[in-house]
Amino acid sequence: MALVEYNAVQETAARAKVRASEKMPLRERFKRTWPAYLFILPGMLLFVVWSFYPLLNSFIMSFAEWNLIKPSVFVGLDNYTRALGDPLFWSSLGNTVFYTVVTVPGQMILGLAVALLLDAPLRAKGFFRTVYYIPVVTSWVVVSLVFTYLFNGQAGLVNWVLRDVLHVISGNVNWLGDPLTANIAIASLGIYKGLGWTAVIFLAGLQSVPSELYEAASLDGATAWQRLRYITIPLIRQTTLFLLVILTIGGFQVFISVFVMTGGAPVHRTDVLLTYMYSNAFQSLDLGYGAALSYLFAIMVFALSMAQFKFLRRKVEY
Amino acid sequence: MERRLPPLTSLIYYLLLAAGAVVMLAPFVYMFSTSLEPHAFVLELPPRFIPAQPTLDNYVQAVTTNQFGRYFLNSMFVAVSSTIITVILSALLAYGFARWDFPGRQFMFFSMLGTMMIPSLVLIIPQFVLAKNLHLLNSLWGLVVVYSAGTALNMFLLRGAFEDLPQDLFDSALIDGAGPFTVFLRIALPLVRPSLAAVTIFSFLGAWDEFTWALTSINDSDLRTLPIAIRLFQQQHGTEWGLVFAASIIAILPVVIIFIIFQRQFIKGVMSGALKG
Repeated sequence: MALVEYNAVQETAARAKVRASEKMPLRERFKRTWPAYLFILPGMLLFVVWSFYPLLNSFIMSFAEWNLIKPSVFVGLDNYTRALGDPLFWSSLGNTVFYTVVTVPGQMILGLAVALLLDAPLRAKGFFRTVYYIPVVTSWVVVSLVFTYLFNGQAGLVNWVLRDVLHVISGNVNWLGDPLTANIAIASLGIYKGLGWTAVIFLAGLQSVPSELYEAASLDGATAWQRLRYITIPLIRQTTLFLLVILTIGGFQVFISVFVMTGGAPVHRTDVLLTYMYSNAFQSLDLGYGAALSYLFAIMVFALSMAQFKFLRRKVEY
Repeated sequence: MERRLPPLTSLIYYLLLAAGAVVMLAPFVYMFSTSLEPHAFVLELPPRFIPAQPTLDNYVQAVTTNQFGRYFLNSMFVAVSSTIITVILSALLAYGFARWDFPGRQFMFFSMLGTMMIPSLVLIIPQFVLAKNLHLLNSLWGLVVVYSAGTALNMFLLRGAFEDLPQDLFDSALIDGAGPFTVFLRIALPLVRPSLAAVTIFSFLGAWDEFTWALTSINDSDLRTLPIAIRLFQQQHGTEWGLVFAASIIAILPVVIIFIIFQRQFIKGVMSGALKG
């Protein structure tokens, strides 16, 4: 999804320059282009009412104390200073960062491995590609429920495999009951669900590497590892950076899996930023504080994407 | 000019891929087999991947006594209506942005782009308040409206497709005296059919799986959609996993079928986007 956004930014920036150069008087321009307004009117209306206005409104709400029942009271920056002094805000930020730091490299390393295997001339490629992609199209709620079941503290499949098959644990682990192991379970879901998409994007990158390079390297006696290290990895750098951006932004937005698997329990210790925001807004009905938390969140995601877009736009040279 | 692998290497590749595939599929197989187990055998150790006494009881019970048939219809109604609305609106929007350089175009375009980059959950609080004021809370139409409003991404996909159409096509049609709407309907739309299909599929899947807004805005148990029905059901009957998974399978079946039918287009779509980036 986000990749379209990225393309759109670049394309539009390029086009804006071209169009600006062919300026004509506003009247004339309007006369020639007025049918456009009829086309964009219905969609724009819906967009303004349900996205643009809410965005502004939530900014205003973030400066108020508001619970839907009493009239709202302007409290200035109180909600923001409260967030900065709220240990649960920081711990949910910590959990979000943990999730991102584990799932991004996890998806990228395993995704690249799968993509390399799928790029080889094998017969059943199409079948395997489909299998790896199925979790991507399956609903987050269903996958989260299955993982809740797999990580069940007593008779879950994960405990059984680790204890009775691999013998790496001696007793059952109460995965979802302890913050650290719950974070691990949630991150493993993230890797499982995102792996197929990452692999397909890597596959697209791999297929853009000219095969003559590999042939030439083979003739020179390069080993498979050397070809990977000195041809493949440098040449798919653009894809790697792209994935890094998109997966990091995606990691920050983790919500449903945490909401379903632990719901933040025990006592908010497994909350991530969005589940903490959600529980403040809709369980404690502290809408103003929730709005401030979501604005802080939006700023973080925005800053992350801007920093990475900048990083991405740098030309890669070989 | 296909590369060939030595037999041993390709055997290793197959084994690695198969091992990964087992891990990817195991949760689904386990879910499916649990949904076929009578209640007493759920969470039994060692786990069984093939039920000893397979039964469809859980499915029958999910649909009859637990209203999952109704939730299925609710989901279908919401997903189909919002898909129709969003496809029509985003096609119109995309065409407007692609065809004419009208005053205000840059500003409107960039505000849509900017809002699209903001995670949708950031908007959930003000959307909740707005829906409350418009009496759209606890209503399937409230879901339809919010899902339909997410037109920005579709608009970008379609705008690209419209911009790729040659300008001569439109000029000659206009000379023939066709109005802008006729040109749009008769000439432009049929030419972007592949992109329209992609947008339709993605919108449908998005609406079908949507969880958070439905959970937040729907109160009435008759109005639940499948994702929230399954979640709330699991919360109430935490131990009846067979039933929970029977309902889950009912919910994911349409998606998996659509994916398997359109998988080529799906994966091609994802890949071509990446190559452009």
